[in-house]
Amino acid sequence: MSIPDDLQYTKSHEWVRTEDDTATIGITEHAQVELGDVVFVELPEEGATVATGESFGTVESVKAVSDLYAPVGGEVVEVNSSLEDAPEKINDDPYGEGWIVKLRTSEEADLLSPEEYEKVVEEES
Amino acid sequence: MAGEAPKHTPLYDEHRELGARLVDFAGYEMPVQYEGIKAEHEAVRNHAGLFDVSHMGEAVFRGPEAEAAVQRLVTRDVSRLDVGQAGYCAVCYENGGTVDDVIVYRREDDFLVVINASNRDKDVEHFKENTEDLEVEVADESDDWALLALQGPEAAELLQGLTDAELSGLKPFRFLEGEVEDVPVLISRTGYTGEDGFEIYLQPDGAPRVWRRLIEAGAAPAGLGARDTLRLEAGLCLYGNELDAETTPLEAGIGFAVHLDKQERFIGQRALLLEDTQGLRKKLVGFEMEGRGIARHGYHVTSGAEIVGEVTSGTKSPTLDRAIGLALVDPGVEDWFEILIRDNPVPARAVPIPFYKRDRG
Repeated sequence: MSIPDDLQYTKSHEWVRTEDDTATIGITEHAQVELGDVVFVELPEEGATVATGESFGTVESVKAVSDLYAPVGGEVVEVNSSLEDAPEKINDDPYGEGWIVKLRTSEEADLLSPEEYEKVVEEES
Repeated sequence: MAGEAPKHTPLYDEHRELGARLVDFAGYEMPVQYEGIKAEHEAVRNHAGLFDVSHMGEAVFRGPEAEAAVQRLVTRDVSRLDVGQAGYCAVCYENGGTVDDVIVYRREDDFLVVINASNRDKDVEHFKENTEDLEVEVADESDDWALLALQGPEAAELLQGLTDAELSGLKPFRFLEGEVEDVPVLISRTGYTGEDGFEIYLQPDGAPRVWRRLIEAGAAPAGLGARDTLRLEAGLCLYGNELDAETTPLEAGIGFAVHLDKQERFIGQRALLLEDTQGLRKKLVGFEMEGRGIARHGYHVTSGAEIVGEVTSGTKSPTLDRAIGLALVDPGVEDWFEILIRDNPVPARAVPIPFYKRDRG
């Protein structure tokens, strides 16, 4: 199970890449495996504001609907609109082309290290 | 089933070995997928897929009044079935609501009635309670049977390679008894996918061997996830979704399985005749999403500000690459309506059922 060293994580299986004041967010390898074939992604509007822990969209597989929770609060500066036509990118490349949203944030996020996230995954399986 | 240990089919070890993802279904730990729902769905549409559906229940009616008992319980006139023929039918309450949808197999000396796993106890009780005055024995043989479904355009060729039974003459809803790899089986040309295919009934201890041989011969193992997307594309009802105690078979669009003119009366016949004359209280419609989103079981159907129905099943169709669904709606609902997805009304358009029909060459 791939858990890249250079990212931070949430208990609800999002990953976060922080560069300056921008946080790029997606779902983890573990999350995409658990969901199965992703067939639909509901994305927020660019310019929308989300609070930490708030649902900002959904990822749907053939069988299940799963909410996306903001790991950190901020303003949506970019969404990966290519997922609308190719949601399977989340399965194929969850940490790369399957990124979901970029937030501009000034908040301190309370996130998990790769080691801490690995424990979350182990406890669930 | 909280607190109860999950039951396993005779193929449980095979599923584990194949790396299936297992989920609880009707008290059984069942494979929902192996490789992935889409890949398994496509294998069935284009080649051949193999499902373990051993969780399904089997009730056998024996005795001099077995036919009278079945006639009383099901909506189809089973006197019209030949030995070696099967029929899809509903079982109803007196008020026309549906107890279950079943397949009745007329065998030489008895009737085999295949029931949904989730309805097993309820069905058997209903069968016994309503036939007490007849000379019939109703036996719950669910644990004595394994059931495999081999489905897809290559199913016939694949199965023929493993049996001496003559499959080319076996028409839809006909069955025969034979052997596969020296294991005695009942082979029925039926299924739940909209493809050609077979359901193979056999003793539990022979099941792993037949399962493995079919996979070696090229069948792709397929789970309940693909089974659900396949049946939905084919417009086939699922009990608990399209059918339940509050829904009659006429409302759920399976009137073809109801012989209202049957001479021997069946439970629910009077209510169904009345509904047929007076008009349906609700109707099943197929729809495609016109806006973005996927309808799911339980979502409301709206027309303007009014709730006019409920989605019974919905998914993204792997074959059509569109979001499709079935809904029970008020009889007056027109061809355009909305599905309420997370408080958002998303336009949908009524389309004919089935969504997918195989090319019969």
